Amino acid sequence: MPLNIASWTCPRPLQNYPTIVMGHGSGGKMMADLIQHLFAPLFDNDLLAQLGDSTTIGLSRIADGLAPDDMRHAIRDMRLAFTTDSFVVSPLVFPGGDIGELAVNGTVNDLAMSGARPLFLSAGFILEEGLRMETLGQIATSVAAACREAGVQLVAGDTKVVNKGHGDGLYINTSGIGVIAPGVDIAPNRAQPGDAVIVSGTMGDHGMAIMSVREGLEFETRIESDTAPLNGLVQAMLAAAPGGEHVGSPIHCLRDATRGGLAAVLNELAAASGAGIEFEERRVPVRPEVHAACEMLGLDPLNTANEGKLVAIVPESQAEAVLGLMRTHPLGQEAARIGRVVAGHPGLVVARTAIGGSRVVDLPAGELLPRIC
Amino acid sequence: MKYIDEYRDEALTRGLLDEIRRTATRPWTLMEVCGGQTHSLLRSGLDQLLPPEIELVHGPGCPVCVTPLELIDKAIALASRPEVIFVSYGDMLRVPGSERDLFSVKAAGGNVRVVYSPLDSLKIARENPDKTVVFFGIGFETTAPANAMAVVQAKAQGIENFAMLVSHVTVPAAICALLESPDVRVNGFLAAGHVCTVMGYWEYEPLVEKYHVPIVVTGFEPVDIARGVLMCVKQLEEGRAEVENAYARAVRREGNRPAQAVIHDVFEPCDRPWRGIGVIPRSGYRFRDAYRDFDAELRFPEVQTIATKESSLCLSGLVLQGLKKPNQCPAFGKECTPQTPLGATMVSSEGACAAYYRYGRLAEVQTPNPQIQTGQAG
Repeated sequence: MPLNIASWTCPRPLQNYPTIVMGHGSGGKMMADLIQHLFAPLFDNDLLAQLGDSTTIGLSRIADGLAPDDMRHAIRDMRLAFTTDSFVVSPLVFPGGDIGELAVNGTVNDLAMSGARPLFLSAGFILEEGLRMETLGQIATSVAAACREAGVQLVAGDTKVVNKGHGDGLYINTSGIGVIAPGVDIAPNRAQPGDAVIVSGTMGDHGMAIMSVREGLEFETRIESDTAPLNGLVQAMLAAAPGGEHVGSPIHCLRDATRGGLAAVLNELAAASGAGIEFEERRVPVRPEVHAACEMLGLDPLNTANEGKLVAIVPESQAEAVLGLMRTHPLGQEAARIGRVVAGHPGLVVARTAIGGSRVVDLPAGELLPRIC
Repeated sequence: MKYIDEYRDEALTRGLLDEIRRTATRPWTLMEVCGGQTHSLLRSGLDQLLPPEIELVHGPGCPVCVTPLELIDKAIALASRPEVIFVSYGDMLRVPGSERDLFSVKAAGGNVRVVYSPLDSLKIARENPDKTVVFFGIGFETTAPANAMAVVQAKAQGIENFAMLVSHVTVPAAICALLESPDVRVNGFLAAGHVCTVMGYWEYEPLVEKYHVPIVVTGFEPVDIARGVLMCVKQLEEGRAEVENAYARAVRREGNRPAQAVIHDVFEPCDRPWRGIGVIPRSGYRFRDAYRDFDAELRFPEVQTIATKESSLCLSGLVLQGLKKPNQCPAFGKECTPQTPLGATMVSSEGACAAYYRYGRLAEVQTPNPQIQTGQAG
């Protein structure tokens, strides 16, 4: 017979528990304590304070998310962007970030890649019994900090607790809503032959930061995750052709190069647009320590995950302007033009190699597997 | 990156390619023995830059590819046992057995773990005294020393809940078997640099005398491979057949003596079946009597009766002998892809079929304009 945790009445204040116990997900007093003492002070805002089963948001709040220039447009000319993502990274805290920061930035970035200004986020926490309260506090604090940095509000939340052994400490799901200004039209199928392919910075940092912790590798320079909110960078890029009806035209496609890395993103864009993509391997920025770690582990920086880097496909005529704007933003200082969209070999991504050869760059088949020798 | 980028240098590679072009007066077929070299060739696009006189065929030096299906099925049977923690190098997890792979075993609740070093499996054994930790000991002479060392340490530390499923194979025996085969038309060999780092190259000296075929110890970067090809072609053009070392920064004639000693302490030569090729005499290692307690097949005798047959569509045996190119297989890219591999050569990151699939499909579409216009700023 299942235990009826809700009927447990022993009232113990939160701080007496060094770890999460099943009662923290019971819907009862312990859960209320957890929310009241841990989450609420961190995520405090007027919308969350409604404490309803759902949060209600006035449409004017959404329009407020736009730049003053866009306000002359009617609400019916705007589009919402809505996305969701789940975060199951292990370890929970890694060099350069933690799962909380990742969960905010991941969803903010998915919104930003459609050209949206991210406004509101929800967060669902799935906690494993035995998770240290201190760890939860640290991660919730970084969720709040990441929301502030990205300029979004956390307006809905949920907490569940699963039995020990049924989770990996902590999972987070975030969903997000953003608003897209009239004229911005960014979509994966818009890549056209002749367009330039730009990356916003070094590739593979996040993936190798995680791998180096998991594999216990130590290098002279610590590899840190690049987790960062890209909405500011995207808004800066959209300013390339300011004013008028063409405010959104400087960018055809945007993707954040997360799982599968640059290779996966380029393949997705080639497939969606029915065009080919060519790039020069040597032009792809990779940190020396990431390069070294990949060599040691038999992995490829092109397949390795990023959490704060984007790939942009822009018309050739706008490429220099967009690149210039990216380089003035802190998250785009190492932006580089790596190649172009071509009419030949539709759907295929081809790299020109360091020795002047060429090869197809495919999607990795499945999980990245370390090589034997 | 130092010691890597120098060996991926365009000007150096072009210089060597020009010299190969000037040297070769007639067609030559060379075999690069190691799957790591095959991947480097295709990954760098060096295969397309070689002059048409030089054909490279891909050899049997991929440990994942030549591990018999039977061994994979044994691994799967062991990994499925509730009392076993099965530990492997990552590559092996996706290799299809006759019904499923180790990933599926893991998904079905089997305790399957990936390590970079076999010594990590001893740590797992110490932490899980109520389980038997079985390490999948596969590979050429490159992985043999570390695998042997794990067994030596397990014995020294009295770790009894550790065993190894051994499928070790050795390169010189395979080269010998290829040279004995009437079908094989290879003029010269690029020997696998990493294997020679451990074993040296004195073992090849009797082979070049007996079969009058040049063998050049070759590294893995494009410049290394181009240099190996050049040295091999020079020998052929001059009518010489010698063992030469194009990978002197890592390889000495006698190899790494302590590594050899630990191999010979733990293992002894035995006949081994090679996937797709068949049994090659004295081409592998098994445990010596002193270490036989660590043999997983003796610890779990029920797996010894497992016998299996290969897919009839898969030509990996011919590919591994250099008799067929991967794209000459009718199943290539159709029934057989990295997502649905029929044979191990499509699975391993070193497998020739996987290398062709990943990097080589462009040749079927078109040859691209090598000058990519990227403007001034990139």
